[in-house]
Amino acid sequence: MNSEKITKNILFAATIILILLAAGMVLTLVSGSVPVFKRFGFQFIYSSKWNPTAGREQYGALPFIVGTIVTSVLAIIICLPLAFSTSLFIGEYYKGTLIAKIIGTMVDLLAGIPSIVYGLWGFYYLRPLIVTLGFNAQGFGIFTSSIILAIMIIPYASSMSTEIISLVPNHLKEAAYSLGATRMEVIFNVTVPAARSGIVASYILALGRALGETMAVTMLIGNSNLIPKGIFSLGNTMASIIANQFGEAEGLKLSALIAIGLLLFVITGLINAIGKLIIKKFA
Amino acid sequence: MAVVVGLASCQNPNSTSSKKTTKSAKANISLSAAGSTFAGPFYKTAFNKYLKETGISVSYGLTGSGAGIRSLKDRVVDFAGSDAYLSDAEMAKMPGVVVHIPTCSGAVDIAYNLPGIESIKLTPDLLTKIFMGKITKWNDPALKKLNPDVKFPNLAISVVHRSDGSGTTFIFSDYMSKISKAWKEQVGTGKSLKWPTGMGAKGNPGVAGTISSTVGAIGYIGSDYAFAQKISFALLKNKAGNFIAPTIAAVSAAGKGKMPADTRIMETNSSAPDAYPISGFTWIIIYKNQAYNGRSFAEAQATLKLLDWMLDPTAQSIAKKLKYAPLPEKVIKIAKGILRTVNYDGKPILQ
Repeated sequence: MNSEKITKNILFAATIILILLAAGMVLTLVSGSVPVFKRFGFQFIYSSKWNPTAGREQYGALPFIVGTIVTSVLAIIICLPLAFSTSLFIGEYYKGTLIAKIIGTMVDLLAGIPSIVYGLWGFYYLRPLIVTLGFNAQGFGIFTSSIILAIMIIPYASSMSTEIISLVPNHLKEAAYSLGATRMEVIFNVTVPAARSGIVASYILALGRALGETMAVTMLIGNSNLIPKGIFSLGNTMASIIANQFGEAEGLKLSALIAIGLLLFVITGLINAIGKLIIKKFA
Repeated sequence: MAVVVGLASCQNPNSTSSKKTTKSAKANISLSAAGSTFAGPFYKTAFNKYLKETGISVSYGLTGSGAGIRSLKDRVVDFAGSDAYLSDAEMAKMPGVVVHIPTCSGAVDIAYNLPGIESIKLTPDLLTKIFMGKITKWNDPALKKLNPDVKFPNLAISVVHRSDGSGTTFIFSDYMSKISKAWKEQVGTGKSLKWPTGMGAKGNPGVAGTISSTVGAIGYIGSDYAFAQKISFALLKNKAGNFIAPTIAAVSAAGKGKMPADTRIMETNSSAPDAYPISGFTWIIIYKNQAYNGRSFAEAQATLKLLDWMLDPTAQSIAKKLKYAPLPEKVIKIAKGILRTVNYDGKPILQ
């Protein structure tokens, strides 16, 4: 066998292993969640009753689905102005300067902070602030979690947008300037439209990250298995109910937790698919 | 699983005298366990002492009773700590026959965080209303009426409960089901519940931490956690009508009732006049046949010797120091009897 062929075979084998791993994971999630769907049917998805007490077991994932989506979407809304301004600042206004490099590095540093550190910071510093501001009595809840999530996903949203914005060809911008456009007009009529699919993609990546974030959210959301009444009330997310209850789970409860894992997987997959669709449509 | 740990890495072979070698040969066994956070402070301290006395180390994971039982079921630990005994149905689901060894009993404190308010009284009725979300403000007239000397602030009550499967929750909900029909119907008894209100935190340390960092919070935690973190606790009106603090004496008073042969009993809502109403035994659960998953006889023996030692005066006095009530003589006798029924494929382990 020549080296060409060997390389090809190794690459093929590696790819097959990856596919098998992904397929195996989906398979175990699906087979693990069969008991709960058999028992409750699709009611599992839209029922809000989560009762693990022996003898009156009933499982519904709605409070966690709502909690996950509300925290993540709120986080994106909070993160959007911050991340977008940062990427314009670094990628357009101060492109290539020392200050842009410093700020860029610092934003990237945010991505390197472990989630537990965000959780700790939120628990000891953000929570008292929320209480002082009078949003709610304990400082825990959807809103607190969303703020922390927003800070966590800023680097994901901004680094990629910055890259895309700085890649917008100069001749496009120069053409606009030659027509007498101001800098602001160039940014909003040339740069952003040219980069929009990449910008959208970066926010979808960030949303995907927010959906699955566990540790920091578990520490701050209040772990109340009821549908949140508003953005300042307590709640729970799909990732954090699994983190809280997998240890002792067995039987139907374990199946319910696995089913929540599967749903989270499906939701993340759907959002990624929507993202790709948007990119295709605009690109 | 008990694992044999080579000591080569932690001892300098050149300086090891022959005497030391024989001692360390005995110390080659280390035990692993997981479960109850309620009994955690007791176990950690007692196991440390045991390590100093015998050289046998025990790693105990503070996972909560639910996860401890699950680990025992999966046979990944030598024993599990739990503050809830296994029901007949749960025992039938275990892969082998298990026995319960009580190690001490403890109070579940109703702990709260109201700066400047050192002591409050609560009745079963008020307790139910608070934990079911019917009373939501500290300056509620019913609370004021019972505690005329206390100046309650105009503050929301933040209920804190466990987010994981917990024996402490089991003891608490067992009591609540005894005192309130509404609780029994809507919530019930269990290691994890459908909470009508409040926020969840993981483990006794998590609940204690949340209470101490949240003004206006109230929750239930093991006595030692309230004591160690200096969290105030409520006096509860017991069945006889007296307001009782969660002291060692009051827990002992609750544990004086009849003890069944398999030690599976709850002692909440005791009718003794000086008993604290929310207290319970905590158990170590092991398989009756210790020969499983390739465990050696030496490992089984080490497990049993440790448990036997836990019932002896040294360990029981450690419990007392940490605000747990030591076991009464007759319960120790029963527990020691149970330990002697544990075997290794039919071969007795303890003489």
